[in-house]
Amino acid sequence: MVKQKKLVLLFQNRHQGNSYMPHSREDPHQPGFWRKYIFATDHKIIGLQYGITGFFFLLFGFCLMLLMRWQLAYPGEPIPWIGKFLGESRAPGGIMLPEFYNELGAMHGTIMVFLGVVPLVFGAFGNYFVPLQIGAPDMAFPKLNMTSYWLLFTGGLIMLASFFLPGGAASSGWTAYSPLADIAPVGQTFWLIGMVFLVNSSLLGAINFIATVIQLRAPGMTFMRLPFFVWAQLVTAFLLLLAFPPLEAAGVMQLLDRVAHTSFFLPSGLVVSGEPLNVSGGGSVLLWQHLFWFLGHPEVYVLILPAMGIVTEIIANNIRKPIWGYKSMVYSVVFVGFMSFIVWAHHMYLTGMGTAINAFFQTTTMIISIPSVIILTCLFLSLWGGSIRFNIPMLFALSFLPMFGIGGLTGLPLGLSAPDIHLHDTYYVIAHFHYVVAPGTIFAIFAGIYYWFPKVTGRKMNEILGHIHFWPSLVLMNCIFMPMFVQGLAGVSRRLYDGGQQYAHAQAVLPLNEMSSICVWLLGLFQLPFIFNLIWSLFKGKKVTSDNPWEATTLEWATPTPPGHGNFIKVPTVYRGPYEYSVPGAAKDFTPQNQERI
Amino acid sequence: MEIMPYIVEERKDTGLFNAKLGIWLFLSSEVMLFGALFSAYVLLRTGAAHWPHGSSILNVPIGAFNTVVLIASSVSMVFAWAALKENKFGKFKLNLGITILLALTFLVVKSFEYGTKFEHHMYPRTSTFLAIYFTLTALHALHVIGGIIVNSYFWGPGAKMWQADPARFTNRIEIAGIYWHFVDLVWIFLFPVLYLL
Repeated sequence: MVKQKKLVLLFQNRHQGNSYMPHSREDPHQPGFWRKYIFATDHKIIGLQYGITGFFFLLFGFCLMLLMRWQLAYPGEPIPWIGKFLGESRAPGGIMLPEFYNELGAMHGTIMVFLGVVPLVFGAFGNYFVPLQIGAPDMAFPKLNMTSYWLLFTGGLIMLASFFLPGGAASSGWTAYSPLADIAPVGQTFWLIGMVFLVNSSLLGAINFIATVIQLRAPGMTFMRLPFFVWAQLVTAFLLLLAFPPLEAAGVMQLLDRVAHTSFFLPSGLVVSGEPLNVSGGGSVLLWQHLFWFLGHPEVYVLILPAMGIVTEIIANNIRKPIWGYKSMVYSVVFVGFMSFIVWAHHMYLTGMGTAINAFFQTTTMIISIPSVIILTCLFLSLWGGSIRFNIPMLFALSFLPMFGIGGLTGLPLGLSAPDIHLHDTYYVIAHFHYVVAPGTIFAIFAGIYYWFPKVTGRKMNEILGHIHFWPSLVLMNCIFMPMFVQGLAGVSRRLYDGGQQYAHAQAVLPLNEMSSICVWLLGLFQLPFIFNLIWSLFKGKKVTSDNPWEATTLEWATPTPPGHGNFIKVPTVYRGPYEYSVPGAAKDFTPQNQERI
Repeated sequence: MEIMPYIVEERKDTGLFNAKLGIWLFLSSEVMLFGALFSAYVLLRTGAAHWPHGSSILNVPIGAFNTVVLIASSVSMVFAWAALKENKFGKFKLNLGITILLALTFLVVKSFEYGTKFEHHMYPRTSTFLAIYFTLTALHALHVIGGIIVNSYFWGPGAKMWQADPARFTNRIEIAGIYWHFVDLVWIFLFPVLYLL
C-alpha cells in the first residue's frame, strides 16, 4: 500500500518533468531469466519475441514457396535434393502431388500474412517503438501484451503441427472458401483453431496499442505531434480490433460446419464426388466470402500501413528536412482506415452479387486509392530539395516508394468490376498483391531493421553486406513479379498445379515461369548476407558512440542504448512536432522533440 | 510492480483510466463479433426458402424468465459497485454474490432448455435456424461463464485488494460491471431475435 502510494506520487511528479524513473537498468530487483526473457512483460522483450517468431515464419513461408516454384517451373519433375525427404504422401519419388501443392499454397499465404508480416510490422516494430516514440514506460497492459504473444506462438505451433496430419495441412487457399473448405481433410480444422488463436492474439494486441497511444503519451505529446509511424500503428490497431472479430465468427461457423455438421456455408442440394451431401443445407456460400473479406480487405492495410510508417520515419531522417504534408498524411491514413471497412466486396465481383452492388464497391475502391496516393505523393515530394543520405535503411525505404506505387496502381484495374472480369484470379492478382507486400512491406521491414538495429543492440549493421543484400534483392523482386503481370494479362489462372501447361492461351507466357523461379531462388540466396549481417553485427558490428547515431528527432533516440526497463531515464517532455530537421537558426540540422524552445 | 500511470487515477485530457478504455475497446470488438453473427442470421434468413417462427420451436416463457434473471443480475452488479463507492464492503459481497447466483441460474435454465431440444432430436445440424440459435446462445453462454469466473474471483480471493488498494479494487468492479452489462445487453438482442421474430 505504502509502496503503491509512493509510486503514484512518483508518477504524479513525472508530469512536472523533474523526477527520475525508479526502474532504471541498475534496479537490483531484476526479474529472473524466465520472467525476463520467456514470460516477459517488458514491451521491448516482447517486441523481440515477436520479431524472432515473425522472422522464423517469414523464412518458413518463403521456403514453402521455393518448393512451389519448382513445380511451376518444371512441372512433374522430381524435386532435387529435398524431394525424397518430403514423404510418399506428399511427393512420391520426389514428384510433388497436386494435394501437396495446394497445401503449400494455402499455408504460404496464411503463414506469410498472419504469422510473418503482421507479427513483424505490428507485433515487433509496434511493440518495441510505439511506447518509445510516445515517451511511455511500457505498453498500457504488460500482462495482456505477454498473453497476446503466447497466443500467437500457440497459433503458430498449431499451424506447423497441421503439416503432419493425415491429409496434410489446410489446402483450400488462404481464403478458405466454403464449401471446399467445409469438406476438406482435417488440416482445415487445425487451420481454423489456429486462426482463432491468431485472431485473439491480434485483438488483445490491438486493445493494448490503442490504450497505450491514447493514455500513455508523454507530457506535451499531442496527437499532431505523434510521429507518423505511431499514427499508422494506431490506425492499424483499429483495423485489427474491428475487422478480425467477423473472421472469428466465420471461423467458428466453419468449424461447426466441419465438426458439428451444421450447414452455415453449405447450400441445399450440394453434390460431392457424385454423392449428395448428407446435410440439412440451406446455408450460404457467399456468407463466408463476405465475412472473410470483411477482415481480408482491412487486413491488407494492416500489412501496408505500418510499413508506410517505418518508411516515413526513415525518409524524414535521411532527407534532413521536414516531411512534406505531415498533416495530410495523418488525415489520409485515418481516412484509409475508415474506408477500408467498406471496400471488401471488390474481391467478389465475379460472385454474381449484381451490378448495383458492384458499382457501389468499385466507387468506394476508387475513393480509397486517393489517400494512399496522397501519402505516397507526400513522401515523393519530401525528397525534393533534401540533402539525401543514401544509407542502407534509406535505400530500402526509397525503393519502397516505386515498388508500392506499382503494386498500388496495378490494383486499380482490379478494383473496377469490368476489367476484373478478365483479371480476376489470374497471376495479375498475385503480381499486384506481392508488389505491395514483398518489395513493399518486406523492404520496409528490412529498412526498419537496419535503421533501428543500433537502438536495440548498440551496434550498427555492416554497410557493405547491406549493399550486397539490397541491390540484388531489388532487381530480383522485379524479375520475379513483373512477368506475373504478363502472365495474368494473358489470362493464366493463379491456382494451377502445373503453371498453365494444359492451356493453349498460356503457352506463349509459360517460359516466364522458369525465369520467376530462378529469380526467386537467387533471391533466397541473397538473403543470406542479411541473415549473416544480422547475427554478425550483434557481436561484431561497429559500436555506436551516441544514443542518437542517425541524428534523429523522435523520442526513441532520447533513451539509453539499449533502453532499460522503464525506457527513459527522465520522463521526456515534448515541445515540438516530430520532424524538425534543418530548422533555420537552429544550432544543428535536427531538433529533437524533447528539446525545449528557447 | 510495474510503473504504470493511470491505473487508478484518470488521465486529465482523456478522462479515463487505462482499463476503462481497454474494456470499451474490447467491447467494441465484441460488438463486431456478435454483429457478424447477427448479420449471418439476417443473410441466412433472407436467403432461406422456409424459416420457422422462433416461438414455434423455442420456449418463450423460459426465455423471458432468463431475460428477467439477467436484467436483475445487472442491477445487483451496479449495487455491488455502488456499495464499494459508499465504502460498504458487506453490501458489496452480498450484491456481487447475488449477481453470480443469478448468472448461474441463467446457465442452469439454459442447459435445461438445451437438454429439452436434444431430447426432441433437435441439434445444430438439424436446420440452419437451430444452427444459428445454438451458435449465438452458446457463444453468449461462454461470455456468461467468463463473467462468472471473473466475478467469483473478485468475490473470493481477488477481494483482498480492497484492503490494500480500495480505489483500484473499485475500478476493477466497475470494469467487470461494464462487461457484465454488455453480456446482458447481448441477451436483450438475442431474446427477441431468436424467440419472438
